Amino acid sequence: MRLELGKVFINDVKFGDSTKVENGVLYVNKDEMLKEIGGDENIKNIDIELAHPGEEIRITPVKDVIEPRVKVEGQGEIFPGVLGKVDTVGSGRTHALKNVAVVTAGKIVGFQEGIIDMTGPGAEYTPFSKLHNIVVVADPVDGLKQYEHEAAVRMIGFKAAKYLGEVARNIEPDEVKVYETEPILESVKKYPDLPKVGYVYMLQTQGLLHDTYVYGVDAKKIVPTILYPTEMMDGAIVSGNCVSACDKNPTYVHLNNGIIEDLYEKHGKEINFVGVIATNETVYLADKERSSNWTAKLAKFLGLDGAIVSQEGFGNPDTDLIMNCKKIENEGIKTVIVTDEYAGRDGSSQSLADADPKADAVVTNGNANETIILPPMKKIIGTTDYVDKVAGGFDGSLRKDGSIEVEIQAITGATNETGFGKLSSKGF
Amino acid sequence: MKFTIITNNTKVSQKYNNKYCVKFMENDYLDVLIFVRNKIHEGHELLTHPLSGSVKPNETPYKSVIISKTKEKLDTKSLAIIEESIITAKKFISIKTPKKWNNNILEDFMEIDFELLNSGIESMTQFNK
Repeated sequence: MRLELGKVFINDVKFGDSTKVENGVLYVNKDEMLKEIGGDENIKNIDIELAHPGEEIRITPVKDVIEPRVKVEGQGEIFPGVLGKVDTVGSGRTHALKNVAVVTAGKIVGFQEGIIDMTGPGAEYTPFSKLHNIVVVADPVDGLKQYEHEAAVRMIGFKAAKYLGEVARNIEPDEVKVYETEPILESVKKYPDLPKVGYVYMLQTQGLLHDTYVYGVDAKKIVPTILYPTEMMDGAIVSGNCVSACDKNPTYVHLNNGIIEDLYEKHGKEINFVGVIATNETVYLADKERSSNWTAKLAKFLGLDGAIVSQEGFGNPDTDLIMNCKKIENEGIKTVIVTDEYAGRDGSSQSLADADPKADAVVTNGNANETIILPPMKKIIGTTDYVDKVAGGFDGSLRKDGSIEVEIQAITGATNETGFGKLSSKGF
Repeated sequence: MKFTIITNNTKVSQKYNNKYCVKFMENDYLDVLIFVRNKIHEGHELLTHPLSGSVKPNETPYKSVIISKTKEKLDTKSLAIIEESIITAKKFISIKTPKKWNNNILEDFMEIDFELLNSGIESMTQFNK
């Protein structure tokens, strides 16, 4: 499967009379966009605001972050099974608007987290502060249940990204990157001497506000499955997850997964990157056993020499992570796990809620309990009414001057467990 | 499958009391985990993960866990998971204790706990209604 990813670099976003890209500026016709993404009977009111890097803006509570993309050639559409039909995606050509994101914001539950500061110390912790953000704030009709509310905002975000992505259809991209994965027998023939490496992609799938979808299928109902890495770049996996801001994978991360990018960099040179095994993180322990049995089975079936396993979330998924690691290692496959830590405010406590001697190669993306003071911002998009309630917030988190003392777990993407953020550790 | 729900969430208790065996406790999050650990020592098997949800043990006051109704030999896997979960919960609570929430927030916490448990029950009862 071969995908050409055309990158259209955007250096500014403005509202305008028509939605288009001109000289690197994305103009957004707000009325047309509102018409395009509106119409959900569960949503009372939608507004769109812009937030640029360096501006004194705080966006909170953030639900999802999504990169606008459009399928230009090849089968299917962006977000198959969600907005498009269920054609297999990942081949042909896709255009992406770079340096830009749709951010969905607004309260779904009272303790929901997710802060993106566009400047100041908090901005250093979230990769999304570097983007020109088109923020969609959607208010629900009165009395709407949380499930319906989350579903409505989720769809509005995808529609917004699709609407904006469409402007890139007829633009010659600034850069085209080619990603290719052959069927396994062919790739083994092509690279007989390179170690075969697979990526085990764990998805948050515990239930309300903790869901992820694969081709539109609720991933807690799947058994682990094999995907070409390029399928993710066309939106085969989308987020329905809006808690645990620091270590959830927004849809933007599923589209731009750094582990997939890095494995492709080494593909055909140091390793043979044969594919992705997508798996879930469930509540019922028997489901965990089944899923981890299957990831190990598929890893063996693919003939992997090495596997990288990334986690999404905290606590319960630590058990999936360790089960995956242990069982894949037991198949004789070298395994590296990628996670983050809740090691207490001084970093000295036990980091994960599970452990095993086989988990001897670990990449961490930071300690989510670390605290930070976020200075006041001139403008708030969304509301800070809930900052005292967010994960990592506490009584008195929101101070009178508008500054916030909070654990970095409240910051969107701060300790992302695919390495998408800036935190890591060195040494072994 | 026969199972028992251990919970301090009134929503879980109200919804499932007539359908399944429910042990309702008017205690805090950590007490629920400790009660579950004691039951595991008696030979019950842990069926759902005690740290379900990304909502942290020092935020939500609610916790629901499912164990087997019948007792067998001590299940060491269950014991390892509950012990690690208790260590983790204590770590969070030592950083800060859960605050007094208003009713709207409490209802949201109850709803999340209920729905996460529900996703486990749906899967468990797929072939054993």
